[in-house]
Amino acid sequence: MDVKVKILRYNPEVVDEAEWKTYSVTLQPTDRVLDALHKIKWEQDGTLTFRRSCAHGVCGSDAMRINGRNRLACKTLIKDLSPDKEITVEPIKGLTVLKDLVVDMDPFFEAYRAVMPFLVTSGHEPTRERIQSQADRDRFDDTTKCILCAACTTSCPVFWSDGQYFGPQAIVGAHRFIFDSRDEGTEQRLEILNDKEGVWRCRTTFNCTDACPRGIEVTKAIQEVKRALIFRRV
Amino acid sequence: MQQHQYDVIIVGAGGAGMRAALESSKRTRTAVLTKLYPTRSHTGAAQGGMCAALANVEEDNWEWHTFDTVKGGDFLVDQDAAEVMCREAVDAVLDLEKMGLPFNRTAEGKIDQRFFGGHTRNHGEAVVRRSCFAADRTGHMILQTLYQQCIKQNVEFFNEYYVLDLLMTDGKASGVVAYELATGELHVFSAKSVIFASGGFGKVFRTTSNAHTLTGDGMGIVWRKGLPLEDMEFFQFHPTGLAGLGVLLSEAARGEGGILRNKDNERFMERYAPTVKDLAPRDMVARAMANEVREGRGCGPDGAYVMLDLTHLEPAHIDAKLPDITEFARTYLGVEPYTEQIPVFPTAHYAMGGIPTNIKGEALANNDDVIPGLYAAGEVACVSVHGANRLGTNSLLDINVFGRRAGIAAAEYAETASFEELPAEPEKYVVELVEGLRNSTGEERIAAIRSDLQATMDLNAQVYRTEGSLKQALVDLEALKLRFADVAVQDKGKRFNTDLLEAVELGFLLDLAEVLVVSALERKESRGGHFREDYATRDDVNFMRHTMAYREVDADGNETIRLDYKPVVQTRYKPMERKY
Ligand SMILES: Cc1cc2nc3c(=O)[nH]c(=O)nc-3n(C[C@H](O)[C@H](O)[C@H](O)COP(=O)(O)OP(=O)(O)OC[C@H]3O[C@@H](n4cnc5c(N)ncnc54)[C@H](O)[C@@H]3O)c2cc1C
Ligand code: SF4
Ligand code: FES
Repeated sequence: MDVKVKILRYNPEVVDEAEWKTYSVTLQPTDRVLDALHKIKWEQDGTLTFRRSCAHGVCGSDAMRINGRNRLACKTLIKDLSPDKEITVEPIKGLTVLKDLVVDMDPFFEAYRAVMPFLVTSGHEPTRERIQSQADRDRFDDTTKCILCAACTTSCPVFWSDGQYFGPQAIVGAHRFIFDSRDEGTEQRLEILNDKEGVWRCRTTFNCTDACPRGIEVTKAIQEVKRALIFRRV
Repeated sequence: MQQHQYDVIIVGAGGAGMRAALESSKRTRTAVLTKLYPTRSHTGAAQGGMCAALANVEEDNWEWHTFDTVKGGDFLVDQDAAEVMCREAVDAVLDLEKMGLPFNRTAEGKIDQRFFGGHTRNHGEAVVRRSCFAADRTGHMILQTLYQQCIKQNVEFFNEYYVLDLLMTDGKASGVVAYELATGELHVFSAKSVIFASGGFGKVFRTTSNAHTLTGDGMGIVWRKGLPLEDMEFFQFHPTGLAGLGVLLSEAARGEGGILRNKDNERFMERYAPTVKDLAPRDMVARAMANEVREGRGCGPDGAYVMLDLTHLEPAHIDAKLPDITEFARTYLGVEPYTEQIPVFPTAHYAMGGIPTNIKGEALANNDDVIPGLYAAGEVACVSVHGANRLGTNSLLDINVFGRRAGIAAAEYAETASFEELPAEPEKYVVELVEGLRNSTGEERIAAIRSDLQATMDLNAQVYRTEGSLKQALVDLEALKLRFADVAVQDKGKRFNTDLLEAVELGFLLDLAEVLVVSALERKESRGGHFREDYATRDDVNFMRHTMAYREVDADGNETIRLDYKPVVQTRYKPMERKY
C-alpha cells in the first residue's frame, strides 16, 4: 500500500529552521516505521538521518515521536498507525536536535550516570556467587529491562519545561539497584534523588509508562523510590 | 584534524570491548572508541545464556564443556584455547555476578542453569544444564552490567566515533584513525596497544539476526592492511530466525522444551539427531530445517519455513523464561506462542572466523608471529575456540574470557613499550576513502548494491553450498565491486552523515564477502557450518587445518586473495565422527 510519511527535517548546515517534508512510500502493513524510514533514505533521499541498529527493539537507538507519541521506530508496525492517514515522525522532545531525527543524547546519559547505576558493596567478596532468592531477584526485575532509549524521559512534561530534572529513566536506573538485595549504596542513591531536581519533581502524569517500549511500569518505580525516601527503607 | 594519545585504544564497546576496558583502564590510560553508544552494541541482543560448568544444578565440569566445544566445532577448534575458555568460564560468570548481573536463581539462591544445544554430560551421554541466564535477556544484562562497571570505573568513551584505519609503524600497531559522526572531523589516535573488539559482519547476508551496524569494519580494516583473516568460510546459521525477518528466537526456546515440526506436524529432528533431537548443534538443525523445506515438508503458503512449537509449555513458564522472544513473535508476526506455532527459518548469525589471535588475544601476522601492540577479542577475532561451528552460549563466554585477557595483555604490553612514531600523513588513507566517496559522481545506489550483495550471499553461500553456487557468488561480487566504484553518496554534508558511512560500511562488506566465498570455494569438504553438497563429508586428511586468507596487491594495483593454511592445535581429543 502507498503510505504518506511526514517527517520533521532539520539540518543546521543547510537551513535555520526545521521543516516538514512528506514522502510517499510503498509498504506492507506489517512493515515497521523503521522500514519506511529506510526506504526513504535508501530509495529517495540519502540525507534523511536517524539512528538505528538492532531493528527489533532491544538496542534503544530509534526512539522518536510517531503520530505524536514516543515509540521505537523498529517496534511500531505500519498497520497499527491507521496508515490511511499521514504518519508523522519527529524527534523526541526536550533534547537538542542535531540533525533530522538525531538528538543530543549526552544530557540523558549524564543523568543516568549521576544516580550511581552500579552495584555498591562493601567487605570481602565471596568466593562464589552472592546468594539471592528468586523472590528478591524478582523485586527489581522490571527495571532491569531498561534499554536507555529515552522514550520515557522525553515524554515527560516536567523534563520538557525543566531540563535539569533527572527524568524518569534515571530514576528507573536507580530503582534497579535500590531494590537489589545485594546492593549497599541505597542511602547515597536516595540522597541524590532527594535533590530538588530529583524524584519530587515527578507529577505522576504516566506519560513515561505509556511511552516505555519495554513495558516497564516507570511511574510505579518512581512511586516506589518516593516511598523509600519517605520511610528511608526499602 | 585532532590528535590524541592513549596507552591503549579499544575499538568497540560491546561485551568484548568493555570487558577489555575494565582490565586495561585499571592499569593504564585507556580510551574506548565506538561507533554506537556502548549500550546499543549487539551484545545486548543476545538472549539465551552464557555457559560455565558451575555445577549448580547437576554434576558438571569444565573438561566436559571443553569436549563439547571441540566436538561442536567439528574438531577445527584449537583445543588449548578451548581449555582456557572453559576453565576460566566459571570465574567469568562469577565475576559478572559480583559486578551485579541479575542472573535467574535456583531455589537455594544460586545462579540457575538450563539446557542448551550441544552441551552434554560426560562426553555426549545426555544433555546437561550448563547455561547461566537472565530470562532471555542474558546479553542485555551483560552489556548493561559491563557498562555500569565502566561508569563506576570512569572509563573514557568516544561515542559515535567510527574507526576506519589502523596505523602501523615497522610492523607494530601505533594507532588508529577515527571519523567523528557528529562533526565529520577526523581524529588521529596514537597508542601503544590497539584492541579490536568491533563484532561480526552478518550484514553480508539478507536474512540475519545481526544488527544493521554489524558490517565487519574491524576485520575489513585489518584485511586492507594485508594482515590475515582466519576461517572466514565458517559462518553460523542459527536455526530459529523469525521466518522472513531473521529476528532471532533463542535456542533457549528449545532448551526450555520447544519442538521443531514440519507440515505433517512431525518432530523431524528425531530423524536427524536421535539422542539430543532439537538440541543438536546449530549447523545440524539448520541443515535439517532447510532440508525439510527442500523436500517439500515446509509449512506456509510457499512451504518456505518450519514451525517452532511452544504450545505444550505452561504460559507462566514461557513468561518467566522466554518473555522477550515470545513478544517478538507477537509483535512482528502476530502469532500467539501460547496457542500457535511460530514460523521459523535459519538466519545468518555468527562469524566463527576473524582476526587470528593466540590465547592472550594478541593478533597474528601469519601462522607464528604476533603483531606487537595489536589485539583482537570477541566476534571480530578467531582464537579459535569455535572452530567450524560455535556452540550456543559460547560467544558470551568468549567475549568475557578473551575480552579480559586482551585487556590485560594490551595494558601490560603498553606498560613496557613506548609510543611509535606515526607514519607520515597518518590520516591520508581515510581522507581519500571518505572524500572519494563523498565527491563521487557515480549513480549507483548504496542500498541497491548492498541488497544485491545480500541476495547472492543468501542464495549461493548459505546453509548449502556447491562449487557452482560459490563461483556464481564470485562472479556476482566482481560485478558488484565494479558498481561500487560508481556509488553515489547523496549527503555531501559534515554533520551526522550516515549516508557516507553506509557507503564505507558497504565497502567492508564487499571485501569480506569475497574472502568468505574464496575460502569456502577452496574448502572441498563439509565441516560444521560449512556444508558443500559436492563434498558432503568431513575430510580430515586434507582439511583438518585453518584457512588463512591474505590480501595481496601487485605492482599494477591488482588485488588478489592468497590462501594459506594453519595447523589445528589438538591436545586431548582425537577427531571422531560428530553424531548426536
Ligand atoms: C540475536 C542474537 C542472540 C545471541 N544470543 C547469544 C547467546 O544467547 N549466547 C551467546 O553466547 N551468544 C549469543 N549471540 C552471539 C553474541 O551475542 C555475539 O557474538 C557477541 O555479543 C559479540 O560481542 P562483541 O563484543 O564481539 O561485539 P558487539 O557486541 O557486536 O560490539 C561491537 C562493537 O564494536 C563497535 N564498532 C563496530 N565497528 C566499529 C568501528 N568501525 N569503529 C568503532 N567502533 C566500532 C560497535 O559500536 C560495538 O560497540 C547472539 C547473537 C545475536 C545476534
Ligand atoms: S524506562 Fe523504558 S522508556 Fe525509559 S529509557 Fe528505559 S526502556 Fe526506554
Ligand atoms: S533499532 Fe534497536 S531499538 Fe530500534
